[in-house]
Amino acid sequence: MIRQSATQMAEALADGSTTSVELTKAHLAQIAAVDGQVKAFLHVDADGALAQASAVDAKRKSGEKLSPLAGIPLALKDVLAQRGVPTTAGSKILQGWLPPYDSTVVTKLKSAGLVILGKTNMDEFAMGSSTENSGYGPTFNPWDLTRTPGGSSGGSAAAVSAFEAPLAVGSDTGGSIRQPAALTGIVGVRPTYGAVSRFGLIAYSSSLDQAGPFGRTVLDTALLHEVMAGHDPKDATSINAPVPAVVAAAKSGDVKGMKIGVIKQLQGAGYQKGVQARFDESLQVLASLGAEIVEVDCPNFEYALAAYYLIAPSECSSNLARFDAMRYGVRTGDSDGASAEAVMSATRDAGFGREVKRRIILGTYALSSGYYDAYYGSAQKIRTLIIEDYAKAFTQADVLVSPTAPTTAYKIGEKVDDPMAMYLGDVATIPVNLAGICGMSLPAGLAEEDNLPVGFQIMAPAMQDQRLYQAGAALEAALLTKWGAPILSKAPVLAGGK
Amino acid sequence: MSSLSRDDVAKLAGLARIEMTEEELVSLSSQFGMILDAVARVQEVDLTGVKATSHPQLLENIARPDVVLPSLSPADALAGAPAQEEARFRVPQILGEAE
Repeated sequence: MIRQSATQMAEALADGSTTSVELTKAHLAQIAAVDGQVKAFLHVDADGALAQASAVDAKRKSGEKLSPLAGIPLALKDVLAQRGVPTTAGSKILQGWLPPYDSTVVTKLKSAGLVILGKTNMDEFAMGSSTENSGYGPTFNPWDLTRTPGGSSGGSAAAVSAFEAPLAVGSDTGGSIRQPAALTGIVGVRPTYGAVSRFGLIAYSSSLDQAGPFGRTVLDTALLHEVMAGHDPKDATSINAPVPAVVAAAKSGDVKGMKIGVIKQLQGAGYQKGVQARFDESLQVLASLGAEIVEVDCPNFEYALAAYYLIAPSECSSNLARFDAMRYGVRTGDSDGASAEAVMSATRDAGFGREVKRRIILGTYALSSGYYDAYYGSAQKIRTLIIEDYAKAFTQADVLVSPTAPTTAYKIGEKVDDPMAMYLGDVATIPVNLAGICGMSLPAGLAEEDNLPVGFQIMAPAMQDQRLYQAGAALEAALLTKWGAPILSKAPVLAGGK
Repeated sequence: MSSLSRDDVAKLAGLARIEMTEEELVSLSSQFGMILDAVARVQEVDLTGVKATSHPQLLENIARPDVVLPSLSPADALAGAPAQEEARFRVPQILGEAE
């Protein structure tokens, strides 16, 4: 049962062949069996999940009209506040915090009847690309437990690929949904900036952060996208426009006549051989389905990584100032006579991990007088040039494509002491965030040299998210025919699990 | 080659209110040269006349009718407080003894 798609589970719920309580118990059993190996969850809310599930079952029994995903279990990245459930953003500084309110995403999930199984592991405050920067230890890739699942939403991606949940919510500031989706062989979408409310999403870099869906199929991901998205008066940057027709697009999956632009700067040198091979093969598949493949030039993408690693740390140094040990979170060193400033500094030392400190210091430097124009100011101008590159490219193509990440999943510990090597893994995903547009990663097969999943990235203009699903569904269907079985059927079955 | 000395890092850490051990200061200062070199690439481009983008959207002020809506109860608001006293947040001393 747990290996089905969310769409199949929803059909089984609708025709009465299963109940949400049964589905929820099956997933809790899988979590109990395999999460000791994967460590996708920071907190499992079994009681809360079963209560939500039986409430949905009762509504269904009474004949109430339910939304398409009602009763389906889901894993929630620990960056989203859920009332009364421990929420840490992967940081020790928030250990034990119980939010007094629900984020808008959680409110929407609950009102659509989704069953929240628990909170998933992540790089602390979403700063990282491997989930190794979590204050609570790493998550392990279900394809190979010696490797990272990517990050920062590594827990959510691992939960879906290990069949601990059919769906998950992540957040993507520089690739944190798309890259772990690629490294674990699932689908992940970063919606257009402003499409999903940030109310209750613990902020890392406010002009780049966006929550989005994970699923094992393009249609499942679209169904969750539709639940999460929509205007929210509680978020001043929320777009007041109808949600793009992502579910209809995922069901149509037609690319005949669609112009697909290959970004010259996001392939070739620096990309693993097997990654490039699977990418090229997917392009051929799309062409055989009637898409027109063109090459586009985005010369300023070369500077995107540098601009991102100034803008994001600058915004984080400001956002994380709120963790001052006064109103919530952990407090350290509050002994008689200690000043507020000393308590703040001691708490932030004890509560923040290395990467968070590194980025706060870098941001503090980039924003300091005398360096502001040279660093933060220049980065903001590069951001304009990247937006212009995209605008021009989208006059030549309906969607743009690239490999999602330059490599497949790497070993735990391999890059943890080399921040620059780690940052390079985000080279293909970051431009989307800087421009505020949308992007998807979906499985393109396994790299020949290591038999690990490769992600294919699709990008579309702001509020044209349906194009991702249209092209993604077409590629997914054609690749499934070619492979004969979903890619996750090739992943090893975890000890004790199903 | 850019660099940031141990003392530079200590000053920034002070501004950011993060206590750091000697080992952390030294290790961060040794990593910063490489990171600053990488991010300094933004200065390689001729940016004359290019406008800065601070945000992907055109932001405008949004107003709502000035009506009282429910908010957190005092108990909810204080529930996560590291310390509280008489239904208020208790914070460490912010002024010196004599003040």
